Amino acid sequence: MSVIGRIAIPAAACAHCGATVALDARYCCAGCEAAHGLVEGLGLDDFYRRRSAADGALRPDAAPPVPLATAAVAEAPELWRLDLMVSGLRCGACVWLVEQALAAEPDMLAARAALTTRRLTLRWRGAQGRAEDFAALLGRLGFRAVPFTPACLRAADDAETRSLIRALGIAAFGAMNVMLVSVAVWVGDDMGAETRGFMHWLAALIGLPTIALAGLPFYRSALAALRARRTNMDVAISLGVLATAAMSLSEAWRNGPFTWFDGATTLLALLLAGRLLDRTARGRAGRAVAELLALQDGMVRRLAPDGCTEDVSTGAVRPGERILLAAGERLRLDAVLEDAPGLFDLAATTGESLPRPVTPGAAVMAGAVNMGAPAVLRVTAAAAEGSLAATGRLLEQAAAARGRFVTLADKAARLYVPTVLVIAAGTFLGWWLGAGLGWQAALVPAVAALIVTCPCGLAIAVPAVQVVTVGALFRRGVLVTSPTALERLAGIDHVVLDKTGTLTCGTPCLLPGDWTPQDLRAAAGLARGSRHPLARALLAACPEAPLRRDAVEHPGQGMAAGAARLGSARFCGVAAKGDTPVLWFTEGGSEPVAFRFADALRPDARAAVEALRSLGLPVEILSGDAPAAVARVAAELGIEVWEGGVIPEAKRARIAELRAAGRHPLMVGDGINDAGALALAHAAVAAPGAQDLAQVAADLALRGEALLALPEALRAARRAQALARQNIAFSLAYNLVAVPAAVAGLVTPLGAAAVMASSSLVVILNALRAERLGRWMP
Amino acid sequence: MDALIALVPVALALGLLGLLGFLWALRSGQYEDLDGAGARILFDDTKPTERQPR
Repeated sequence: MSVIGRIAIPAAACAHCGATVALDARYCCAGCEAAHGLVEGLGLDDFYRRRSAADGALRPDAAPPVPLATAAVAEAPELWRLDLMVSGLRCGACVWLVEQALAAEPDMLAARAALTTRRLTLRWRGAQGRAEDFAALLGRLGFRAVPFTPACLRAADDAETRSLIRALGIAAFGAMNVMLVSVAVWVGDDMGAETRGFMHWLAALIGLPTIALAGLPFYRSALAALRARRTNMDVAISLGVLATAAMSLSEAWRNGPFTWFDGATTLLALLLAGRLLDRTARGRAGRAVAELLALQDGMVRRLAPDGCTEDVSTGAVRPGERILLAAGERLRLDAVLEDAPGLFDLAATTGESLPRPVTPGAAVMAGAVNMGAPAVLRVTAAAAEGSLAATGRLLEQAAAARGRFVTLADKAARLYVPTVLVIAAGTFLGWWLGAGLGWQAALVPAVAALIVTCPCGLAIAVPAVQVVTVGALFRRGVLVTSPTALERLAGIDHVVLDKTGTLTCGTPCLLPGDWTPQDLRAAAGLARGSRHPLARALLAACPEAPLRRDAVEHPGQGMAAGAARLGSARFCGVAAKGDTPVLWFTEGGSEPVAFRFADALRPDARAAVEALRSLGLPVEILSGDAPAAVARVAAELGIEVWEGGVIPEAKRARIAELRAAGRHPLMVGDGINDAGALALAHAAVAAPGAQDLAQVAADLALRGEALLALPEALRAARRAQALARQNIAFSLAYNLVAVPAAVAGLVTPLGAAAVMASSSLVVILNALRAERLGRWMP
Repeated sequence: MDALIALVPVALALGLLGLLGFLWALRSGQYEDLDGAGARILFDDTKPTERQPR
């Protein structure tokens, strides 16, 4: 029996991507048909039986391929290596398909894809330009490949994670071997003093290097905190571990009854495991965000004076140069429009939901989407000086301010470290001076008090809850990237929402009109061949429409197939004018019908706003769109406080005003115009499909289409905070029994180990309760 | 107790061997793609995916 689930594709699903199609069709589009043929031709059709999901994501895109050849590096003459980020790589079968398909290329030496990082490493012999062929092959299969950006690299090539794994390996090895010796000492009552001494030194031989090497992550962090004149949990941990090591060495020296190396090494191993899990959970979310950002990263088509075009990266374009912007493409640099009037969607830069006509000579900000014909623009500022870079610098300042947030664990550590130090010092002095014990013997109960106060339970009290919550949220499409995000999210008491792209879809949606379903089906079939935003919107309204194979795109005008035409009013021979986006459709001289579009509310916007209110949070809208449009949305959602026509600076000012009034505002936005406000807010959430700058500014990003995930994330954050508080309270309560016993000198290493393990276990079990979040995804 | 003289070094050496093996695996990138490694063993390759440069 195969381990891999065999996915039965329903009759009306595309044979390649699995998207819903009309009952009689085998493929949803020509791209899928070609991809299926390609896979079968390569003899790799096992792929369709092996994959674990088919939901339409693997549809080959007509997107112009991103130039990749320049990203290839020469390892030797004629030997090239290229790292790509492959979007759509979702299961083992995809990895298999990609590797096998590329390995079939005659000059390919090695193709290796990593599922965790979506990274594909190619090595081939021959020409550098072959990179484009490989990417085109991936594109034909339905995978999108972009160069592995520095952000992806940072997210994937994580040296810190590797050093944590190494430390954990060393700590686990040390702990197990020390335990071997320690157990012998614990049970060996009849052991001679000489043998016991030998055992002690053996434990020291294993324990001391382990403590020195595996503890490094903690010592570094503790030193950094002490230098900044703060204490954190790592100070407590370092103190406990190092004091235990010193005391054990002194016990070995005087051949005392027990050494405590086992406790110190086990503590390190447990804490490192917790820290690694924490990092892995957040790294997964970080990589997902890096992937979203890499896909938005694009090239610019530069127009040379002689009329030729070349694709260059954004950074290579100088002010004064001319660029060509295709229909539906996003502008990445500040520019002024040349030659002909154009139509631009400014939702990302100003929040306006209606496309705005732009006259030649007028400025267009980076982030605008070309809704009209291909446009020629003259760049006014290089990437490093443009409006995007200015917003980026603003974000860096805000991020520094956010770094000063004091977490719950830090607050606990601030109380814990001095208290524990006083107790330990008091115990030592009491036994040494008060009871007249030797200083070495007096050291034992003092240090026992230090480690029995459970820095272990306390240190994993918060991370355990966060690991579980971040993981549960990740599976529901909420990406938590900031380590303090959940705590800040739990503390918010006011919600500020952007309208365009946050409460609304941000993309045009088809409005009801005087067209028949047959019209829609025929028009959507034409639209399938185009990447224009309106064509996409039309197709979304009728996704099962079969492709018109004979459709030809007339850039900036529309699609034509035989006697059927879909496109602008002029293209279809209509003399109508209006300010809503519209597509006209005519078939064989019939009366043209109009498909009108508007930015519609997200289907779950109302439910999400109601859920936010039920959490006791006042909600307001802050939008850059026209006040009338904002008022309509506010009325529909029953939100009383709203403001329209707000420029980005005013958004920031409103957040600053709320903060000055002692509130903790949550900002939810998606556009470049929201980035400043997002960075300034107490906590920030990037709406589904947000611009890259907004995603960078936010603490968590919503993936998929559901806005309802927002109140659920808030609920999860509050629950996580409550569980973390319980865990800390429990760890401290434990000490009411453990500390007096340790001070009285009654605790043995075995007892300390039992206390440490049981308290950690209780804390972890309690944290697992965070997994049971409400279900809200269908 | 004489057995200890032989057994303890043997036990430690075996443990160290395991640790060295782990460090080698870490260094050679075997912990880089844990999700992929889990899926990869389920598919048998019909063709070699890697060819050495000639």
